[in-house]
Amino acid sequence: MATRAIDFAAWPAEPPHLAAARARAYAMPLTEIDMLDTDLWVNDMHWPYFERLRDESPIHYHANGRFGPYWSVTRFADIMKVDTDHARFSSDAHLGGITAKDMDQDFILPMFIAMDPPKHDVQRKAVSPIVSPGNLAHLEVLIRERAQAIFDNLPAGETFDWVDRVSIELTTQMLATLFDFPWDDRRLLTYWSDKATADETVPGNPTKAEREAIMLECLMYFTKLWNERVNAPPAGDLVSMLAHNPATRDMVPMEYLGNLLLLIVGGNDTTRNSITGGLTFMAANPGEYAKLRANPDLIESAVSEIIRYQTPLAHMRRTALVEVEFGGQTIRKGDRVVMWYVSGNRDPRSVDRPDEFIIDRPRARQHLSFGFGIHRCVGNRLAELQLKIVWQEILKRYPRLPEVVGIPGRVPSAFVKGYTSLPVRIPA
Amino acid sequence: MAKITYIAADGGACTLDVDDGVSLMEAAVANGVPGIDGDCGGNCACATCHVHIDARWLAAAGAKSEMEAAMLDFAEGVTADSRLACQIMASATLDGMVVRTPLSQH
Repeated sequence: MATRAIDFAAWPAEPPHLAAARARAYAMPLTEIDMLDTDLWVNDMHWPYFERLRDESPIHYHANGRFGPYWSVTRFADIMKVDTDHARFSSDAHLGGITAKDMDQDFILPMFIAMDPPKHDVQRKAVSPIVSPGNLAHLEVLIRERAQAIFDNLPAGETFDWVDRVSIELTTQMLATLFDFPWDDRRLLTYWSDKATADETVPGNPTKAEREAIMLECLMYFTKLWNERVNAPPAGDLVSMLAHNPATRDMVPMEYLGNLLLLIVGGNDTTRNSITGGLTFMAANPGEYAKLRANPDLIESAVSEIIRYQTPLAHMRRTALVEVEFGGQTIRKGDRVVMWYVSGNRDPRSVDRPDEFIIDRPRARQHLSFGFGIHRCVGNRLAELQLKIVWQEILKRYPRLPEVVGIPGRVPSAFVKGYTSLPVRIPA
Repeated sequence: MAKITYIAADGGACTLDVDDGVSLMEAAVANGVPGIDGDCGGNCACATCHVHIDARWLAAAGAKSEMEAAMLDFAEGVTADSRLACQIMASATLDGMVVRTPLSQH
């Protein structure tokens, strides 16, 4: 592996892989553009395709998606309209759920993100106290101690994988804390998170049957924890909360598994990839890191900008409950509608200079990454807290940012927009 | 135009002249009033402009839409006087209104 630092400043305005993608994106017939094509994501080549869709076909129909026909909504304001219209655009698992790929109808995992009101409201409220302001204040101390230990143990002068050593380790420790999960087994949470969202049509990923077997192992493990905690006095961890709350204590096993996976993926993949993304963005924009060092009060807007720029979940999906006239198109009842948060976050109609990473951007909080409406991310304040602590600890330690010394590996998914690896070296 | 007074959790007060038709969220964010985020830009879609309306002004503030009620349902510390500031537009009838902002939005 190369260990020379990448000189981002020497890159042309548009990296070569994007120039090639742009040529293809604008040469192909509009109707053939398929944003679910995994190659676009693993190679980071989706950007020019979205740019063309936003300009030429903002409510775009693709008839031959590998999960079936689907609409792509790509402008910020249009995404906001769909996301806030839960009466006409459903999240219900039985209609397909919240990802472009339908939830398997023979393996439905009920979870509140994939429910409509009123059941959604009741179950969400059973979980939300874990991220209440009071609990976050308590968690802040723990997160900081653990982040400090992780940074203190990083090697200097040698190349290591930032994803594994920092991003995964920190978010997994956090999740293990929230679940009061057996500490030495905590990487199981990472494993289950990765497998739960792995697309079986991508080579190398588990088959549907293998994935379901892994999910059932997760259920068995957590059933043991449930049984221990349901018979003990109520405690502050998520398993105990679910086992004791009247809204959730009678959940059937698949519903328990569904809500666990929601919390595992929601509390793991997303923050993990924003931690990794943040380092790559700062490395590519040394002036922004200098700004942050000069004025650490910018950390909160820097965190929002990292979350916008990364957009760790590229999309959310809805299913039309009725026929809807929208942007000059007719969306029929039952149609699959994909809201591309990653595209809306780069829409120049709503975000000034959207392709630039600007940590002191005015109104940095106005991004789509957490979604809007009743399904807005329940853990958004915890995610921001974790990222804030990461950057505070980085600022304390590194006058020179850890060097990114290779190209990041990317997750082959149009849903989880993330990284498999990032080679980094801390100057000795 | 309406004079709107925002009282922060620490008791600090700030009075703004808000033009007719401008939301109480928009005026607060534009003037750096603490305790209001307004993440969705005024679309009644994030519940980060939660305020408590002074009892004398609650009726004048009008009725909540179904969506506002749904969003408030998930906010922190909601009481009978809770509203989303982005859904209240300034007008002469609100001149003198007092609202209280929480310690932080959640």
